This record gives sequence, C-alpha cells and structure tokens, in this order.
Amino acid sequence: MPLADKLVSSFLAFELDINFQSPVHNIRTNAIKNFEKLGFPSKKLEDWKYTSLNKVLKEDYTLFSKKKNVLDFKNVKDFFLDNTESYKIVFVDGFYDPFLSQTSHDGIDICIMSAALTKSKYSSIIKKYFNTSIGKNESFSQLNTAFSKEGAYVHIPKNIILEKPIEIIHFATGNESALMLQPRNLIVIEESSQAEIIESHQSLTENPIFTNSVTEIFVAKNAHLDYYKLQNDRLSSSLIDNTYISQKRDSNAKIHTFSFGGKLTRNNLNYFQKGSYINSTMKGVTIIDDNQLVDHHTLVDHTRPNCESHQDYKGIFSGNSTGVFNGKIIVDKIAQKTNAFQQNNNILLNDKSTINSKPQLEIFADDVKCSHGCTIGQLDQDALFYLRARGIPKKEAEALLTYAFANNVLESVNIPGLKSRIKKIIANKLNVKLGFDL
Amino acid sequence: MLTIDNLHVSVEGKPILNGINLDVRAGEIHAIMGPNGSGKSTLALAIAGNEDYEVIKGDIIYKNENIIELAAEERAHKGIFMSFQYPVVIPGITVTNFIKTAINANLRARNEDEMPANKMLKKFREKAELLEINSQFLSRSLNEGFSGGEKKRNEIFQMAMLEPSLSILDETDSGLDIDALKVVANGVNKLKNKNNAIILITHYQRLLDYIVPDYVHVLHEGKIVKSGGKELAHELEEKGYDWIK
Repeated sequence: MPLADKLVSSFLAFELDINFQSPVHNIRTNAIKNFEKLGFPSKKLEDWKYTSLNKVLKEDYTLFSKKKNVLDFKNVKDFFLDNTESYKIVFVDGFYDPFLSQTSHDGIDICIMSAALTKSKYSSIIKKYFNTSIGKNESFSQLNTAFSKEGAYVHIPKNIILEKPIEIIHFATGNESALMLQPRNLIVIEESSQAEIIESHQSLTENPIFTNSVTEIFVAKNAHLDYYKLQNDRLSSSLIDNTYISQKRDSNAKIHTFSFGGKLTRNNLNYFQKGSYINSTMKGVTIIDDNQLVDHHTLVDHTRPNCESHQDYKGIFSGNSTGVFNGKIIVDKIAQKTNAFQQNNNILLNDKSTINSKPQLEIFADDVKCSHGCTIGQLDQDALFYLRARGIPKKEAEALLTYAFANNVLESVNIPGLKSRIKKIIANKLNVKLGFDL
Repeated sequence: MLTIDNLHVSVEGKPILNGINLDVRAGEIHAIMGPNGSGKSTLALAIAGNEDYEVIKGDIIYKNENIIELAAEERAHKGIFMSFQYPVVIPGITVTNFIKTAINANLRARNEDEMPANKMLKKFREKAELLEINSQFLSRSLNEGFSGGEKKRNEIFQMAMLEPSLSILDETDSGLDIDALKVVANGVNKLKNKNNAIILITHYQRLLDYIVPDYVHVLHEGKIVKSGGKELAHELEEKGYDWIK
C-alpha cells in the first residue's frame, strides 16, 4: 500500500487510541482530511521541483513503534553538548525518554507535547497557539498535525532569561525495519524572555528513518530566541522539517541550520512578522557529499513597518550531492522601511554536485531596502595554491578554505560548546586535521 | 642547492620561459631582474610548483632531486618557500592559525612531531619581534584589509616561521614604503645564513640597496640574457632595460 494511503487508513485507529482535549481532535480530523486531499507533494509542484521524494516514500515504514528501546547515556553522550549544563527533552523512537531528559516545571515549562495536549493546565496555551501557523495546503504539516502526539513543549513566561540552553533530541534506534516519526514541537517565549534551543534528529541505525517534524514557535514582544538545528544524521535517514516562527514587535529570532548529513533533508522555514521593529535572522551551513540532498525553503512575511530580516546560507557540495535554496521574501504594502537581505553562497567541490538557488522577492511596499545575492563557484584556485605553497596538503588546504568559507556563519553561534562541536563536525566531515584548536 | 637546466615553461599553451639556466648554492643571494612580462614571476611560480605553469622541457634540480613532478606542498616540505607578489586574502582564518597549520603540516610531512604549543608561542614572539609585528596583527584574518606593506611583511613573517632552505621573494618590495622596506629587508638579512639561499625577484634596483645580492641575472623574453655581480643592478638602474635588449 502506498505510504499516503497507509497513513490515512491508520488514522482512525490512532485517533481511538489516545485521549486528547476535544479541540485537538477536531484539528487533527481536519488535518487528515486536508492531507488526504493533498497527498505527498510531487516534483510537479513548483516548491518541490528539485526535490523528489520517491526514494524516501517507497519504504514500508512502521508508523507507530510499539517497542520502547532503552538507551544508555554513555552510548549517546556524544550527541549532547559537551561540558555544558542544559535542559534536555529526549525522545527515543518517538517515545519520551525520562532518563535521558532533564525537564523543568520551575516557573517555566520545559516538557512534552503528550502532556500539554492532554492535561487541562496547558489547555489555554494549546488553544491559543497549537496549529495556528500552518497553511491548509502544506501537506507534510497537515499530516504531522493529524498524527501529532509527542514532541517538545516549551513555555517560557514573561521576563525570564533562561540560563541554560534546551536540547531537544529525537533518537531512532532501529527497533523497526523502517520507521516514520512525526514529532510535534511547540515553543512559546513570552514577553521580554530569552531562550536558546538546539534541536537534532539522530538515527543510530542503518534502517531507514523518515521524520516529518513540525515546530511552531511564538516569540512575544521584546523576546529573544536563538534556535539551532543540527542536522548531522545518517545516510539512511531523511527529514522534512517544517518550522513556523511568529514574532511580535521588538522581538529577535535567529535560526541557524547546520545541515551535514542525512539522505534527504528538507527545511521549510517560515517567518511571520506580526509587529514592528522585529529582527529575523536565518543562517545556514550545508556541507554534503555522496547522494545527499539538502533543500532550504525559507519564507519571510514582512507585514508591518520597520522590520528586518537577514538570511545568510552557505553550501559546500561534493560527490553527487544536490543543494536547493529557495528564499521567498514578501513585503506587504504597509511594511514600509523594511530591510530584507538574503545571501546564498555555494561552493561546488566537483562537477557532479548541483545547487539550485532561487530568490523570490514579492515586494508591494515602495520604501524598502531589499537585496539578494547568490554565488556558485569552486574553491579559489589562487588561494589553494597559496596554502599548498606553504606546505599544507591539497586536501587539508581545501578543508581550510571550506572551513574559512563557513566560518562567518559559525561566528554568530553563541553557545561555545555547540560552536566547537560544529567546528569539529566540519573538520570530521572533510576528513582532515586542521593544525589548530577548533 | 638549486640547478635549473634549460627550463621551458608555458602558461595555457603560451611559452613564457625559453631555456633558463641558473645555479644557486647555499649561502647565496641571487637577484632576478627584468622588465614587465620578461617571465620573472613565471620562474618563481614554476619553482614553487604552480600547476598552471607547465614545464615543457628542462629540469629543476633541488638538493640533488628533480622536483618538476612534485606538488607545491611537497616542494614546500623540502624547504622551498615563495613570498607572493599578490598574497591571497582568506577571511575566516587568522594569521596565527594559518601559520600553525602550515608549520605542523610541514612537520607531519617530514614525519616529525607537531610543535608543542609553548614552543610555537615562543617562536611566534621571537619572529614577530624581528619583523616588528604586534599580536593584534596575528589575530586578524589572513591578509584581510591588510595594506600592501602589511601583506609583504606577513609574507616574510611566514618565511621566518617556516625557516625554508630556498626562498623566492617575488616583488617583495612592491607596495612598500621606505620604512617598511627597511624592516622587511632587515628581517630577510637576519634570516639569511650559510645554509640557505634566496632568490630575489624585482623590477627595481631599490630593494638591492638593502638586501645585497651575490649575483644579478637579467631576464628578457624568457631567457637570462646577462649575469653578473651586484654592480650589474646599478648599471641597469642607470641605463634601463633597453640597454640589455
């Protein structure tokens, strides 16, 4: 049975199995209807022109894992921040793992969606925010909504500056021969609060894993969020990441997306500015090889005056890898004095890799500053010779130049433990030893 | 140390060097002079191993080994250094990290241990002093926003740190004001000893007032048309290159 049919036909059984608040039932029922109409997107759709899902969808995924695997911290500690105190929300094969997690209800809520969707004390927040940012035609998000059950739930009330970052990790262990996961995260940062969040999806198996994740983020007036997505998964894993950020006035939300691994990774990153003097920043580094594909689709909807958005995506491609960057910026008629910048720079390390880069600017206001730039090139041959003439072997010289190319995106990573880890991943990814401490 | 024998080099199929012969022994300083387009930089890049400079004929024998088939980094590992006329800008890598990487890459290639941090630091201090370089300079991105003089000083600083046997300084004097020129020349003179050799490539005689060559060669249309002692440089200064053609 095709995966879409299998999903639709399993909905009823899934629905009977859980006891959510009734409004969520209605949302989910509508969502499965929407998905049934839409199906999975095909390459015929403009937004999916360069990204074929065929290879990912053909597997026979288990939709709801029955078995609960236990992970020993010492076996997975490399996937957590080193030497950094943090909150942790950890899932294993779709189940919450209380042993690996470190949640909090101490004036803040750093816990899980299954609790938030069922317990009455969370119902006002769920009612106010859950599923309020997702478009009807977004098939993956509709599908996720229909099966939304578990994920991270973060609610930071007013005037709180979180001192520790929050790590959200979704592990897959290979307890099923092929597994589909649909985590659903909700992040609410209230007025004048600040938080740092790191999210990753980590497979520990060669069995196919297909994750369709939705994260809804709400950043209130004067609040500040730094969100890091670390995508360094195995070649047997694919990820559709759908993230929605709604910002209120004077807020600042930064998302860094580091895409180093996985078979297919699609990032649908959507910013909605709902106030003035908002700052939205999207940065990304993609380094892929083999037959990997990473597709960034960003959207910034400028709806109020005096806001800014900054996008800086860098891609380094080798092997038969494929990159896609599609950056859409909408500036509404009333959004005067908007500053919107978009930059996408790419390096192709060989002639088999591909990058498809497309800016999409829809500007309806007349007093705005919008710019976009895209470069596609090879490593600078003069620079390469310069390094080699100093005795740095070709491979290491290429890595050093690649590292330098990505470095200014890393500069804005504010968590030292994360920054050094990413630098190490980059060095590792390029299979070289750099002659200085990372 | 270096014997260049009947060297012919082409760039993109176009012959630039047409039979160069040159002998450089340890302890010597050779100046290669010549008008623009005579092939001076091509000679430097061919010795350093730039693959765009194709050796059509002839040999480059360095320490009794023909190096024409060696990659640029292998030549560097054997002690060949080139100071670039146009050093590249690499944002995102500091001068310090770049030099550390280079030193350790050279040590690894020679199967030696990497340099311990304290020894590295000491060496950085010592050589920075020699070239009147401050620590702020070292933490800047490689050549980014550097003035012409800072770039050249950085080149000679790298030479000091890497301690090569054979240094080829390509137009090291261009872009330098007189004070910077003195600092750079003083650095080069202090680095010079009986075991190493320097090839100075220059258009003007000015640099040779500060770094005194043992031999001067004049390059014209890809050939050495005249060789002599340091007095040849003065003669060229007076009479210009037309005299030699």
